[in-house]
Amino acid sequence: MSTSVTVSIPSALRRHTDNLDQVQCSAGNLDDLLDALGTRFPELKPHLRDEQGKVRRFLNIYVNDEDIRFLGVDYKFNEGDEVTLVPSIAGG
Amino acid sequence: MSASPRYQLQCRECRVEWGNQPVSFCQQCFAPLEVTYELGRIKQEISKEEIAGRPPNLWRYKELLPLPETYDASLPVGFTPLVKAPALGERLRSKSLYLKNDSVCFPSLSFKDRVVAVALTQARNFGFEIVSCSSTGNLANAVAAQAARGGFKACVFIPADLEPAKILGTEVFGARIVRIGGNYDHVNRLCSQIADKHRWAFVNVNLRPYYAEGSKTVGYEIAEQLGWRLPDNVVVPMAGGSLITKVNKAFKELIELGLVEAKNVKFFGAQATGCSPISAAVKAGRTDIEPQKPSTIARSLAIGNPADGFYAAKTIVSSGGWSEDASDPEIVDAMTLLAETEGIFTETAGGVTVASSRKLFAQGRIGPEETTVLCITGNGLKTTDVLTGRFAASEPIPPKLAAFEQYLERELVSTRVAEGAA
Repeated sequence: MSTSVTVSIPSALRRHTDNLDQVQCSAGNLDDLLDALGTRFPELKPHLRDEQGKVRRFLNIYVNDEDIRFLGVDYKFNEGDEVTLVPSIAGG
Repeated sequence: MSASPRYQLQCRECRVEWGNQPVSFCQQCFAPLEVTYELGRIKQEISKEEIAGRPPNLWRYKELLPLPETYDASLPVGFTPLVKAPALGERLRSKSLYLKNDSVCFPSLSFKDRVVAVALTQARNFGFEIVSCSSTGNLANAVAAQAARGGFKACVFIPADLEPAKILGTEVFGARIVRIGGNYDHVNRLCSQIADKHRWAFVNVNLRPYYAEGSKTVGYEIAEQLGWRLPDNVVVPMAGGSLITKVNKAFKELIELGLVEAKNVKFFGAQATGCSPISAAVKAGRTDIEPQKPSTIARSLAIGNPADGFYAAKTIVSSGGWSEDASDPEIVDAMTLLAETEGIFTETAGGVTVASSRKLFAQGRIGPEETTVLCITGNGLKTTDVLTGRFAASEPIPPKLAAFEQYLERELVSTRVAEGAA
């Protein structure tokens, strides 16, 4: 079953999303979401997953302020979840 | 046609060069950017004698830092003491132990003064008016102090529950503090989003590649203070994991420039057990980092999703080093051990370094005859709260000689009893 989630796109990726800073997606989990984004914006696809299909090492994904790695990559989205993509976390 | 730049940004993974601009990650593959230098050119310009004739601060290594053509070098940041530590060495079973003491770094008493000094030259170069950072405390202090001196406006972001001394030590410089209800990783993510939207100089976000180079000066100083030679081992505390990679970079550059003899220095990382994503990776034999939710008194090291964790783990593993971590009680014990043996009062992060080193020596991972440097990165006066209740409050005595004689008698008796019991 698919759920509607809002994805925030960082400026570095907006050239691949017709300059949209937010995208509505219908997706059950992270895999679905990345597939849906890749289908809708083919140029975005290689920035989300590497050649082996794994989520890119330096791409950070948050669901409602929580790092998705704490929720588990199989986390099932809830209606209205806000997903944020942050390229290459900095700090320290 | 202008000459190629002496330094520029390069992607650490796909190696694409990006010139010089306030951006921290590769726009193609998102990997972090790093400053790369034309070392061949620098080799012609630099010598030990030349460096030795310069003032004792980090600007003496200017050729090896990403500094604009004009910058203000009036602030004597860095060149902190490298202290031989025989008494601590005896306790740790080391015959050649040194402390790189950044607890007395100018102006704000931590190694963060180094990175901020470099970052602010570029903040001015790129025309920023507001400087900012996400901070676990020491960086906020350093940004606030140097922004005040440099005439920048400062606005810094911290986890809401930071140590009071670190909050006060930021506010006193007139900086604005935004307290965030969350841990450092929340603060950090927010700052990435703010830097994406507002034209502010976040020293550890959009200026991060330049900023991080300032940490190399720890490595240059260790080598120069050892008489232009490299130690066998270095123990470095890890939060975001940048410092350990930059000390390694510094040593490699000195070798390439012919300023020191080539040597495979072993790098050892130190973390708090309550926030040890890098240490856990090294111990499990991997370089991929699994983030953690920090829970430790070593607040300055409480980064659960370290930006350079992957590179820090790689540095340690490829050097033949190791990583250890220390519990809260071990951290406090190590703080007092360092103070009692060497007269250096370090903050919790320094306790982490000393406590982890103790384990590394006990495990035989560091040998007693090898020259080993421990990096003490911050000052104990900023984290006195962890020592609350550690020492019994003494009763005042009247200002009379007789009262003192009584006191002495009493104390001698109690000391004898204590020694007898021991």
